Amino acid sequence: MIRKTNKPEDMQKSDTIYKLLETSLINEFEQKQVALTGSCHPVVSRSRINGFEFLKDNGLPDRKNEKWKNSPFPGQYEEEYLLDIPPVFYDKAAEEIFRCEIHGFWADTYSMLNGWYYSTKENQLITTGDGVVVGSILKAQHQYPELFEKHFGNIANTEQDGFTAANTALFKDGMFVYVPDGVEVKNAVQLIKLINLQEPLMVNSRNLIILGKSSRLTFLHCDDSVNHTPGFINTLTEVYMDENSSFELYKLQNINDNTSLINNTFIHQERDSRLKVNILSLNGGKIRNELHVNLMGQGADADINGVYLVDKQQHIDNQVYINHAVPNCHSNELFKGVLDEEASGIFNGYIYVARDAQKTNAFQRNNNILMTPKATIDTMPFLEIYADDVKCSHGATVGQLDDEALFYMMQRGIGREDARLLLMFAFLAEVTSKVSIEPLRISYEDMIKRRLRGELSICDKCVLHCSEPDKPIEFDIDLSKI
Amino acid sequence: MLLNIKNLHVAINGKEILKGLNLSVNKGEVHAIMGPNGTGKSTLAAAITGRENYDITKGEIIYDGETINDMAPDIRANKGIFLSFQYPVEIPGVSMTNFMRTAINAQREFNGLEAIPAGEFLKKMEEMKKLVDINTKLTKRSVNEGFSGGEKKKNEIFQMAMLEPKLAILDETDSGLDIDALKVVARGVNELRSTDNAFVVITHYQRLLDYIVPDFVHVMYDGRIVKSGGKGLAFELEEKGYDWIIDQEDE
Repeated sequence: MIRKTNKPEDMQKSDTIYKLLETSLINEFEQKQVALTGSCHPVVSRSRINGFEFLKDNGLPDRKNEKWKNSPFPGQYEEEYLLDIPPVFYDKAAEEIFRCEIHGFWADTYSMLNGWYYSTKENQLITTGDGVVVGSILKAQHQYPELFEKHFGNIANTEQDGFTAANTALFKDGMFVYVPDGVEVKNAVQLIKLINLQEPLMVNSRNLIILGKSSRLTFLHCDDSVNHTPGFINTLTEVYMDENSSFELYKLQNINDNTSLINNTFIHQERDSRLKVNILSLNGGKIRNELHVNLMGQGADADINGVYLVDKQQHIDNQVYINHAVPNCHSNELFKGVLDEEASGIFNGYIYVARDAQKTNAFQRNNNILMTPKATIDTMPFLEIYADDVKCSHGATVGQLDDEALFYMMQRGIGREDARLLLMFAFLAEVTSKVSIEPLRISYEDMIKRRLRGELSICDKCVLHCSEPDKPIEFDIDLSKI
Repeated sequence: MLLNIKNLHVAINGKEILKGLNLSVNKGEVHAIMGPNGTGKSTLAAAITGRENYDITKGEIIYDGETINDMAPDIRANKGIFLSFQYPVEIPGVSMTNFMRTAINAQREFNGLEAIPAGEFLKKMEEMKKLVDINTKLTKRSVNEGFSGGEKKKNEIFQMAMLEPKLAILDETDSGLDIDALKVVARGVNELRSTDNAFVVITHYQRLLDYIVPDFVHVMYDGRIVKSGGKGLAFELEEKGYDWIIDQEDE
């Protein structure tokens, strides 16, 4: 484990404050159990009750829990959040509330607002010509009961901790996508999740994505804020990938400094399925991404990547669990981040190789640049290997910008600030270059450049326009086209 | 006078390396700086280019009529000072092309010019690549990454050709070069020599000076220039070594 500079932290919060969020989650369920479980598919009802029982018995995770011991989440459950607000009535297009930075002809956009699927009544669940189903999970549970019986709560470990349990017990809404066997969805499905409320809100949302045999889907999951109100987003996504399916998952996180985000994603991979994940964490108060990949069929491949940029007192936590349950699977992890000012971060990479999972290839790398002496990162690999014919490797680095390179660039006339930006951008390019959709990659790179320049904030995309208008982007890096 | 160094004292972490160095360079001249290891040759290059942690404790560096002791390295570069590094730095993720265009545009912006048009830039790249015999594959790669020792040095001369400095300092550009690469580097330098610019060539060996013929040769020892002469001095050093000068100095 590499641990740079310890930041003094107040670990000794009193129990009463500490439990505020936990108590309100438990009370919420007890008061609204009938409404929560009454209108659901029996599978969903049962798991809600189980989730509640788990939460009641175990509470939200504390620092005694090994997987949360360096996390700033425990000890900061003192905020009060609204837990139940009525569904949002669809009165104007989502684009009027929020203009997305990255969309285009290559994506079909769907929205969630304040935890509710945001659409006209007739569009809550739509079926395209190819039989692809997209819409609200509330609606889907009744129309596709057999899919829910098979998959809902079976891919995730809903009793992993208090957050997965609370999500299961209390989730309001979420997105459902089903791709039938053999269908390759041409356009990416983009989900934009917004919170736009003047009071602090906690959103528990639940997504279920099912890919049939030899199908293909690209999913873009964006979490955005449109104001600076504190919030708490607790999302759980289950993905089932049948044989030979191909799934690309992009997560883009650009939330305000007062918002916490916990993002649990559980993915089940069958034989010869191909998964590609790219998580871009641009801004947020506290972000924890947990990605659980279960390689359950031979020949499955998982390529997991992430970039994070944090500053001020922001916190970013990426937890990746790869379970090689069967032989001949391949996994690759690459996470890179720049931490500035007093930001802190965690990267934990777990690789589990079962006794029979021979010929496993599993690689993991995490590289960090700390811009100041006060920025911190804890990076830890956890490899548990029970098979004897495997190739596994892991590596982590924590460093500063290379002074030699900086001087070299300045000696060629490039100003210090531009040289620093160019070096940081180059450092991250190894990850961003893996984004296979060209317009998306350009948007990613553009947002990273602007973030590194300090120009990107949630404000400049908000319709309220309280910040300065967009400045032109003069910092041109990609010259490969000329 | 293009460069006028007066009584220069430079310390690194409080340790004095240059101890009162004087050097004047006029436009159109080539000066060779020779001397044994550890006498401060590279420190001189670092001080002229403004490297951090090289503290000028006394004296002055006057470039083009202006004292540059406290000037930022990028400003010095944009004013026409170029260093061919002894150990060129690898910059993964930044392509040579990109790097070069960023540098040229920084210089142009400094001089109040518009960014270089893509066509003009490419044409210039092609021209200068030929000059130093650089493979196109190299300019598509990240800066110096995976370059051989010789390629790195050629790349320095290539960058020099692109940036057209007024004062170029070549720090041990000959080290690690085979004779063919050495000839290519020398040819590049000779092509670029003009009445408007000057070169300071730092080297251990007389070998490079067979190809880049200097107007003046200086010998450095213990942080100072202890002997100066014409190109004949280099031959004398080749024959007799440095000891006779050092002995004179120590007496």
